Amino acid sequence: MEVVGSHRRIPAAAHVVPTLPLYRSAPELEVRLEDFELFAIYRLRVLKGISDGLSRGKTPDDMKKLVEDLLRENMSHPQASEDSNKDIISHFVLRLVYCRTEELRKWFLSMETTLFRYRFQLQSAEVQRAVIAENDLPCKAVSNAEFENVKEKLHQVSRHIGQSIPTADMIFYKVPFEEVPELVASRRVFILKGYAYVATNQVSSHVVTQFRSYLSKALVLTSRKWTSTIKEREKDRLTPIVEALSTSYLGPDYSQPREFADISLKDIDQVAKSSFPLCMRHLFDKLREDHHLKHGGRMQLGLFLKGVGLKLDDALAFWKAEFSHKVGAERFDKEYAYGIRHNYGKEGKRTDYTPYSCQKIISSTPGVGDHHGCPFRHFSEENLRAAIGKMGVGNRAMEDVIDKVRNRHYQLACTLTFEAVHGSSCDAGINHPNQYFIDSQKILQKGASQEQTGTKGDGTHTGLPALHQSKV
Amino acid sequence: MSREEAENGRDNMEIDGCEPQTPQGNAVLDANFLKIYYGKLFPHEDIFKWMSYGNDGKHPGCDQSYFGRREFSFTLENDIYLRYQSFNSLSELEKSINEKCPVKIDVGPVYNVDPAKRNAYAKAGDNGFTPVERELIFDLDINDYNDVRYCCSGNDVCLDCWSLMTAAIKVIDTALRDDFGFDHILWVYSGRRGVHCWVCDRKARRLNNEQRAAIAGYLHVYKGNEYGHKKVSLTGPLHPFLARSYNEVLKDIFEERLLCGQKLFSSEERFEKILEMIPDESITSELRGKWLESRQSSRLKEDINVVRWGQLKHILQSRKHKGLHRCVEEIVFCYAYPRLDMEVSKHMNHLLKAPFCVHPKTGRVCVPIDPNHCEEFDPTTVPTLSKLLGELNVGGLSAVGDDGLYGTSLGRSIRYFRSHFLQPLLKSCKEEIESSYNAKLRESKNSLRW
Ligand code: SF4
Ligand SMILES: [Zn+2]
Repeated sequence: MEVVGSHRRIPAAAHVVPTLPLYRSAPELEVRLEDFELFAIYRLRVLKGISDGLSRGKTPDDMKKLVEDLLRENMSHPQASEDSNKDIISHFVLRLVYCRTEELRKWFLSMETTLFRYRFQLQSAEVQRAVIAENDLPCKAVSNAEFENVKEKLHQVSRHIGQSIPTADMIFYKVPFEEVPELVASRRVFILKGYAYVATNQVSSHVVTQFRSYLSKALVLTSRKWTSTIKEREKDRLTPIVEALSTSYLGPDYSQPREFADISLKDIDQVAKSSFPLCMRHLFDKLREDHHLKHGGRMQLGLFLKGVGLKLDDALAFWKAEFSHKVGAERFDKEYAYGIRHNYGKEGKRTDYTPYSCQKIISSTPGVGDHHGCPFRHFSEENLRAAIGKMGVGNRAMEDVIDKVRNRHYQLACTLTFEAVHGSSCDAGINHPNQYFIDSQKILQKGASQEQTGTKGDGTHTGLPALHQSKV
Repeated sequence: MSREEAENGRDNMEIDGCEPQTPQGNAVLDANFLKIYYGKLFPHEDIFKWMSYGNDGKHPGCDQSYFGRREFSFTLENDIYLRYQSFNSLSELEKSINEKCPVKIDVGPVYNVDPAKRNAYAKAGDNGFTPVERELIFDLDINDYNDVRYCCSGNDVCLDCWSLMTAAIKVIDTALRDDFGFDHILWVYSGRRGVHCWVCDRKARRLNNEQRAAIAGYLHVYKGNEYGHKKVSLTGPLHPFLARSYNEVLKDIFEERLLCGQKLFSSEERFEKILEMIPDESITSELRGKWLESRQSSRLKEDINVVRWGQLKHILQSRKHKGLHRCVEEIVFCYAYPRLDMEVSKHMNHLLKAPFCVHPKTGRVCVPIDPNHCEEFDPTTVPTLSKLLGELNVGGLSAVGDDGLYGTSLGRSIRYFRSHFLQPLLKSCKEEIESSYNAKLRESKNSLRW
């Protein structure tokens, strides 16, 4: 990297200790097993928060704010001096967790890079320079003449991106364009003969690219180490923790019904229609249609219903009513009742099974004849269109939903569906089918109470005008 | 190949009797014709030399495995698709093409290992089989401009709409050379209604996906297909690259070729589409009023499109509001700016049809286009398979090799390919191989001394 247009010397940055680690080497620390897991979960919260923010299309400014908040909430340690250890330890633990498949690596790499980018931007200029220095990005000054040559173009770019006009004492770095892909992609730099002219305040892109490529390589190495030695050596200690962490769901616990507890059997069809997310609605409809569901479907729907507040007795009655059409009451009692009681922790290990989160459902792999999974991920586009059409999603919203699906933002697609169906926004996004249910119920109950008090008179007709008209 | 064309093919199946006047329109791709083409005309050696990038030489720095790690894929008759073909030498390549006689040859990336043995490596872990080099490629198809071309529809092209491709070549070629600093760029007619671009500099071949996406993003302005959204939206003063594209290419193409060639203002439906892009109600209704009134009136000397465009520009530029000035540019960008197939450029492992293939539907050869004279290129007069075979017949089937080749109308394309693309490319490949070899030597010497 060269520096253009700097007749002043850049202040030496050697004495500043960067507070932004580059995670070049693993910590030589003793880590307690609890901390190992706990720190990782905290960092995971940060990364998941970033991932949500990105998929909701937050602006860079909002993202910066979000990252700041997430860090404050999750990454500080009661003892300030431990902050940086927590940071480093948690990063290396998650490297283990996320090194194991291509898909996991991709996600981790992109979230960590995003985190790093915004953290870098949040630093003071001094710290930034220290990080640059640590990154081995040599800064070689280039004659003023060159700045004069391209001054016009640099002005043009600054005006184009709405920044103040560069002056002669502003520092520009001359960087091979491939090192600052983001700045190139958004045309935020002037490019000439393969070199991008990067202003000081833009240099983070460059540093981020370095960070990213380093981490990417490191993850591949870790992955090799993991399969060749660590996994086996740690099979009684770290391995189970590591394996559980990658699919862990970090939102609120829906294993116990809350707030809108207790749905009864007679309401279930109506509630399914109004408040079940598509994945559950599909299972529910299929169950009614085929009087049967395979194991994956029984688990996904069964645990969801438990979370929704269906009591064990009701659950047994519900499943029995359907299954006995097909397999007879006796076989149901013998073969299937166990599983349902099991879900409620009444058999087997007696642990309460937790309803599946979206993440878990989305990453499941339904086979032939299976109906579980997330329709936004597992349906063909055509079937998905039909299904959300049936839920009452209109054309305009449908395209938005499909667009999200094409970009593989399934939960966002579900969120948009929720918003279209309920005519109300869902700022938190959908992370869990039971959350979908609860949010839906909240809106419907609010609506119902308003309707009762507010619009009497013609209120009775407002619900179905379209239907009435089409019959005429 | 559709059934109709296949039947046409059968009608024409007199190998020895293929005459020079074989019809052009309902072109055919007969297997026997194709065999002769591959046997006598297809420049196997040039393709081999190109894709070897100097590694087929004797220099100790050459990587002898290089060409053999390149994926080719063949589409045979009856839509049989053979992926992951690889060849260790020119003769293997030539033999396979001549035998299999593919209706289409696609070129993929260079992998870390021979793609034919990919299965053995794929098991070795995630990085067992992965692309390591690939030209930076661009794909432009005139079909993506269907909402702004009125002269032709579907698969047809004429010289009028071809100027859209000319504009694209000029804009992108200049950006690749002047902005990104690439030198070895090959433009190729896709055989029907588009162009392909191959950027072959060593640096380009080694770009990762993110860097490819960055270049594609830099070049990408048009956001098509977005239900009613504005398709081009330019904010603030133009970036130097866009300003140059506008001033040096787009403005002229728009005003000199598209405006009248596509009759952009000739009907209400057409000018409404342009008015839609102007955010100021009072301006649009003023213009609309004028134009609806003048519809019947008088035979103007000047072309109606030119007149109306002039009026539109005048009124927009006379307003104080800066955003409205931008509007003129937005319209020009919307109608003339290149529309890239982004996905093709973003990923290393995209396949692209090899130059000098014969397009199965049109029979036209995918010949190179000289970007410096791209306005002279006419897709409708490109040599076709039947024409070439006719020429061969006249020249006598016995004339093989370059003599036979140069005698046909393909000769010019081949000459251009060699002198303007291949030779300079191989020259710099040789230099690169030498210098990186020397650097390595120096390094190892240094380490020995230690
Ligand atoms: S996003 Fe979640 S709630 Fe929505 S359908 Fe998929 S799994 Fe169900
Ligand atoms: Zn045309």
